[in-house]
Amino acid sequence: MSADATEGLDAFRLRARSWIRDNLKPVAAGASAGVLRNNSTDDEELAQIAHERELQRLLFDAGFAGLCFPVAYGGQGLTPAHQQAFNEELTGHEFPVRLQAPTISPCAAVILDFGTEEQKLAHLPAILRGDELWMQFLSEPGGGSDVAGAQTSAIRDGDEWVLNGSKVWTTGAWWSDWGLCLARTNWDVPKHRGLSVFMLPIHQTGIEVSRIEMLNGTKEFCQEFMTDVRVPDTDRIGEVDDGWTVGIRWMFHERMLHNSPYVTIPAGDAHAGIGASSVLRVARESGKLDNPWVRDLVGEARMLQLTSEALQQRLTEGMRSGAMSDQSAAIGRLLSGVVSTRTNTIAYEIAGGDSGAWTDDDGAITDCGSDFLMRQVSTIGGGTTEMARNVISERVLGMPRERTLDRDVPFRDVPRGGQS
Amino acid sequence: MLLNLTSDQEFFRDTTAKFLNEHAAPTEIRRLRDEPDGFVAEYWQRGAELGWTSLLVDEVHGGGSISGSGLLDLALVADEFGRHAAPGPLVPTNIVAGAISELSPDRHARVLSELLAGTSVASWCHLEPRPHDGLDDLVLDVRVDGSDLVLNGTKRPVESAGRASHLLVTGRTGGGFTQVLVAADTTGITVRPMHTIDITRRFSEVTFRDVRVPADAVLGEVAGADAQVERQFQQALVMANAETVGAMEFALGMTLEWAFDRYSFGRPLASYQELKHRFADMKTWLEAGHAISDLAAEAVSAGSGEAGELVSAAKAFLGQYGPELLQDCVQMHGGIGLTFEHDIHLFLRRVALDRSLHGTPAQHRQRIASIAMDVGKAA
Repeated sequence: MSADATEGLDAFRLRARSWIRDNLKPVAAGASAGVLRNNSTDDEELAQIAHERELQRLLFDAGFAGLCFPVAYGGQGLTPAHQQAFNEELTGHEFPVRLQAPTISPCAAVILDFGTEEQKLAHLPAILRGDELWMQFLSEPGGGSDVAGAQTSAIRDGDEWVLNGSKVWTTGAWWSDWGLCLARTNWDVPKHRGLSVFMLPIHQTGIEVSRIEMLNGTKEFCQEFMTDVRVPDTDRIGEVDDGWTVGIRWMFHERMLHNSPYVTIPAGDAHAGIGASSVLRVARESGKLDNPWVRDLVGEARMLQLTSEALQQRLTEGMRSGAMSDQSAAIGRLLSGVVSTRTNTIAYEIAGGDSGAWTDDDGAITDCGSDFLMRQVSTIGGGTTEMARNVISERVLGMPRERTLDRDVPFRDVPRGGQS
Repeated sequence: MLLNLTSDQEFFRDTTAKFLNEHAAPTEIRRLRDEPDGFVAEYWQRGAELGWTSLLVDEVHGGGSISGSGLLDLALVADEFGRHAAPGPLVPTNIVAGAISELSPDRHARVLSELLAGTSVASWCHLEPRPHDGLDDLVLDVRVDGSDLVLNGTKRPVESAGRASHLLVTGRTGGGFTQVLVAADTTGITVRPMHTIDITRRFSEVTFRDVRVPADAVLGEVAGADAQVERQFQQALVMANAETVGAMEFALGMTLEWAFDRYSFGRPLASYQELKHRFADMKTWLEAGHAISDLAAEAVSAGSGEAGELVSAAKAFLGQYGPELLQDCVQMHGGIGLTFEHDIHLFLRRVALDRSLHGTPAQHRQRIASIAMDVGKAA
């Protein structure tokens, strides 16, 4: 069934509700709790991914995939309000979580913004069907927050480019299909003016994918080593040396995260991980709900979640109407990081001694300690909160920029640590 | 809400802003330190003409709103009060006028018309002295005695009680709340002025000793006012929250200007990353506070089931981060930020006061937890 362009929001919602009820399984609250927990084997994970691809295909066939993507590229051409309504109806049901970020946003969103007609037709319908999972080849081992300082090099060779370098923090690259890659195409100009963006299949000769073990045992993050990887020029996104124009938009989509109108995610799930509801479960299962100090912390967690959600809504509206600049997304990024770390600490506090040592019978308390050890992931991943504070102070409040040594000089002359 | 006002709301807001620019400038606020009521009669009457007292009152009783939601319009006024640290009994007068309009407009028609005209003010006797929190834990006794009611107990802090012609008293009759409207000069009522941190707001301790009123002084039902008290409480929270947001926004703007103008070691304060990051935090608290305050105001205005939780979340958040933001603004100013001559304390006082009234952040976190636990049980 294809969506009628004139279908009203209420009618759409009812149609979505009945389809979701008939086709998607309900999930238990707290099923996705925790911070990047290491709780399934590789085989189980691959089975989950295969299932999520099927779910995405199910959405696509029913006309519920890519609600805000144009019809010409496999989407439905509807409004953000439709996506919001769908997300609200989706609450409490399974959904293809691994296809959302980074595949649909930022990757598909960037292709939509900057891709040629051929590129859009080649990839957007495939993504929306669940056939292509994408990853961001953005961060580098030598880079961290300084994304524009990318040192992966791309050298032109006829109709092709030859890429060499390394990318890191690609979540799940070992089970993904395509990468969106920022590379340096010109070393003789200042750093923001010598970048280009490419699309490349991840599993090919010349790309070695290595999994990184995190402190809690999870191996979701990867590092890739690219050696003479050949990419046809037709797989370049945006103009040569103008990759930073793409990059700015790319990072805007990344900061929008779950507020992006392209992303399908159950409403209220945007703060998956440690949220107010998992704090409440920890408090209840600890038998401490009658303690005033526990209730104070439960109330604080809920206050922070409600406020963070209200802020995201305000920013989304403000940016959509033009009342706020796109840079305001950094405000939401900062608060969500701070709220997440605080909420994580609250759960750890309530769990008490059980968070340091536990058994398999401890229910919601299990892994509170490991989650706490991984706490800072929410203020590091997706751009650190320090970077967000720079953006807010400099781009939103207009305060003076930090002094840098990499502007207005050819990138090859910029000082780089450990490489004399 | 405040991101997309109608042109009527913009006009209404601008009118109040202009009036306050002219009549509630910082020099005037400093002068009012020595004014017994904290405001002058003409100021309040002219504010009433601008609509400050009529927004929660039904049109047929002489009130009316700008947008269709008087509470959202009132939040705009409260926000401007915050931006100016403005004088005047905005919260109590509106709460009492709204309650009369809803429950007993004919019986108290004269009181209502005077409140609307700004010629008299009223107080809401709600919070109670320690150890009671005055929210659910409220003990002022309202006893039925034949065709009369007899009040015994103490309320504090009560805003503008020294100036009020009438008092709306929230008390307990057995298991339920009872509300009565009494003239402030009724026998048995003692009003004792209190000290306060605000410059222009005045508070009193009000004692009721065998205060006897006729049964028709009741607003609503004897022992049946719980829902009404909760509604009034939520309305008061919406106003206090909006006022805090307005004060935060003005103070942050003022402090930003200072950071650009003030030079140390040959460069503006605004160029130091340590300070920039703190401004980023303050901006985030402000936007987050604005967001939850607006969302809660809309929920209370619509009478939604989430109103209680949202408005407590807003109060808990603003109660915590409003004073934090203001104290950091003081810190950014250095020593002059602690002087009477500087304006920043006018706003620090207002947000600190709003934090302590209508339930502290800790009390509201307990309310939120109770709601979350009830929802959790049902799920």
